[in-house]
Amino acid sequence: MALPKYTEPHYRIWHYFYLFVCGCVFFFLIAPLFVIFPLSFNAEEFLVFTDGMKRLDPDAFSTRWYKDMVYGTKNPWGLAAKNSFIIAIFATIGSIILGTLAALGLSSRHMPYKGLIMATLISPMIVPLIISGVAIFFFMAKVGLAATHLGIILAHIILGTPFVVITVTATLSGFDHSITRAASSLGSNPFNTFMKITLPLILPGVISGGLFAFVTSFDEVVVVLFLAGLDNTTIPIQMWTGLREQLSPTILAVATCLIVLSVLILLTAELLRRRSERLRGINR
Amino acid sequence: MSSETQKILSTDGIPLEESLKKAEKKNKIKAFLLVTPLLLFLIITYIVPIADMFSRSIDDKMVTNMLPKTYKAMEQWDGKELPPEEVFEAFYLDYKILVKNKTAGKLQTQLNYEKNGFKSVLKKLARKQKKFEEGNYKEQIMKVHKRWRNVEYWRAIKRRAPAYTYSKYLKGVDMYSNEDGKIVQVSEDRRIHRILWSRTLEVAFFVTLFCFLMAYPIAHLLATLPMKYSNLLMICVLLPFWTSLLVRTASWMILLQQQGIVNDFFVWIGLVADDNRPEMMYNKTGTYVAMTQILLPFMVLPLYSVMKTISPSLMRAGKSLGATPVVAFFKVYFPLTIPGIGAGCLLVFILAIGYYITPALVGGASGTLISNQIAYHMKSTLDWSFASAMGLMLLTGVLVIYWIYNKLVGVDNIKLG
Repeated sequence: MALPKYTEPHYRIWHYFYLFVCGCVFFFLIAPLFVIFPLSFNAEEFLVFTDGMKRLDPDAFSTRWYKDMVYGTKNPWGLAAKNSFIIAIFATIGSIILGTLAALGLSSRHMPYKGLIMATLISPMIVPLIISGVAIFFFMAKVGLAATHLGIILAHIILGTPFVVITVTATLSGFDHSITRAASSLGSNPFNTFMKITLPLILPGVISGGLFAFVTSFDEVVVVLFLAGLDNTTIPIQMWTGLREQLSPTILAVATCLIVLSVLILLTAELLRRRSERLRGINR
Repeated sequence: MSSETQKILSTDGIPLEESLKKAEKKNKIKAFLLVTPLLLFLIITYIVPIADMFSRSIDDKMVTNMLPKTYKAMEQWDGKELPPEEVFEAFYLDYKILVKNKTAGKLQTQLNYEKNGFKSVLKKLARKQKKFEEGNYKEQIMKVHKRWRNVEYWRAIKRRAPAYTYSKYLKGVDMYSNEDGKIVQVSEDRRIHRILWSRTLEVAFFVTLFCFLMAYPIAHLLATLPMKYSNLLMICVLLPFWTSLLVRTASWMILLQQQGIVNDFFVWIGLVADDNRPEMMYNKTGTYVAMTQILLPFMVLPLYSVMKTISPSLMRAGKSLGATPVVAFFKVYFPLTIPGIGAGCLLVFILAIGYYITPALVGGASGTLISNQIAYHMKSTLDWSFASAMGLMLLTGVLVIYWIYNKLVGVDNIKLG
């Protein structure tokens, strides 16, 4: 944003200072993520930039930690990745189904006790995770689901649904209900109306809520720490143990993969948001 | 004409008013049925277990379960004089099992909380009771130690078995009820919980403040820049937001370590000597820096969504009416952003107050928060009722803040991404 020509000098200085502060904050936000990239290609076992790396000596770089991540002996990452994906996918499906249904109900103008129910449904987002973890652990232990995949999936559905409820409710806020009435008046049954009319229109909201639920599950560690047994270890649990005990560059290799994954998710979410806004006729 | 015929009838012959009411009711039920699966699921797996934490936190059956016969025999005893022979016998039998199973130590500790000096009395009994003969246990037990003749000790046992107790909550604020039933503070060197509570509040407050100070200018920049540039910069905010918490914490652990880049930089600009690098991790500094960066997007996004709606012509109008830029900012722009500030601050504060992972990894001993203490009691000491009590105390605090949040902004206004 260029300054107009008549700007006074002290204001001009202030403006550049402001831009400088903003630059620093953006740097503070994004720079830590980029430290991980080069260090994950370190040929040494240290987590500092070696002299060779500073000289950009090709010998100082290697992909050994990536190889270790995939082929390493007794390495936990394969099992952890498999578990993480299974748990996150099922938790996402569960959250999407339950959350979308609830959002449809909540968006109806006939819904009684709307405020109270909304507050209940999104409470897992507000309650500190440690408390959720304790409560869910007590429940799962009581019903015998502790240290099972099902128990963790159910726990992640609890944590993931609020995101779906919020995004789908937001999408439905601009929804024109006369189209569904038109469909019914043309003889469509409610199920068909939902599948053919409502769902395609709210799909961006559903998917972006699903992405939130997926990321929540994929990144969740507090509740899993209480629930998981040895067979249910996930990527976050392995990272947690690794970070607590010994910081090895293999963790950085995993972290780099996770950053790439989050870039992909971010791009998908952004595209969906734009599409949804275009569909709902919001132009900025 | 009667009123019956005046009513408009629907095609089915039912009065229209009734028919409409019926349809309305049907819609209500339909809407409610859609919400029911999730609502039931959450109530069963989440809300009830949280409520259950309360019963767990006041429930103190440890001692009662260890001395079942004694407490049954004590039901008749009024507590004024020494208990009758049956109580002595029951206690002897209960205690014999505990000594045999090697769990007597727990009872000794628990009863020592009630009455100082109980431990040694019980230990002596454990040694001597092997030689006990059958019958007349009252005499035999009283012979072991003269304190067994003191009715105070028996009252202590009886007092230890209430149906419920709030002692865990008192422990959470470093207090306990002494022998006379008065609530007093624990000795000064053992007041660890109060330190943790105040540190949690302090960290949450300052992290919120730092987030606000850093988020305000960049949210403003994002809201005023042309779409082309702001979209690009938005990625700087959204990428950390979508990246794994553990990845971000790991990167701070690398940056802040003693041989890390931040320290390298400080040495390079000559701020600190190379052999005197400051410890920035495993203390409060690490907690502050990492938590601020991790929670910053939660402050930027609500601020941005509010600032986006403020028309730039308002500031121009203010200036054209003679206000200096500073005055125009504080009189026009700032008041309009207050809803966003409220939303962002409360969101960050709520998240910070219950933070667990980051303080546990970069906080060390002086940077851990109340959540870490809860996890410690859940996993290490297995004092689940105490963990529940502390969890509920924390939850109460969060709900109060949430209630304020709801009053100020409304929960429906939470925006994501």
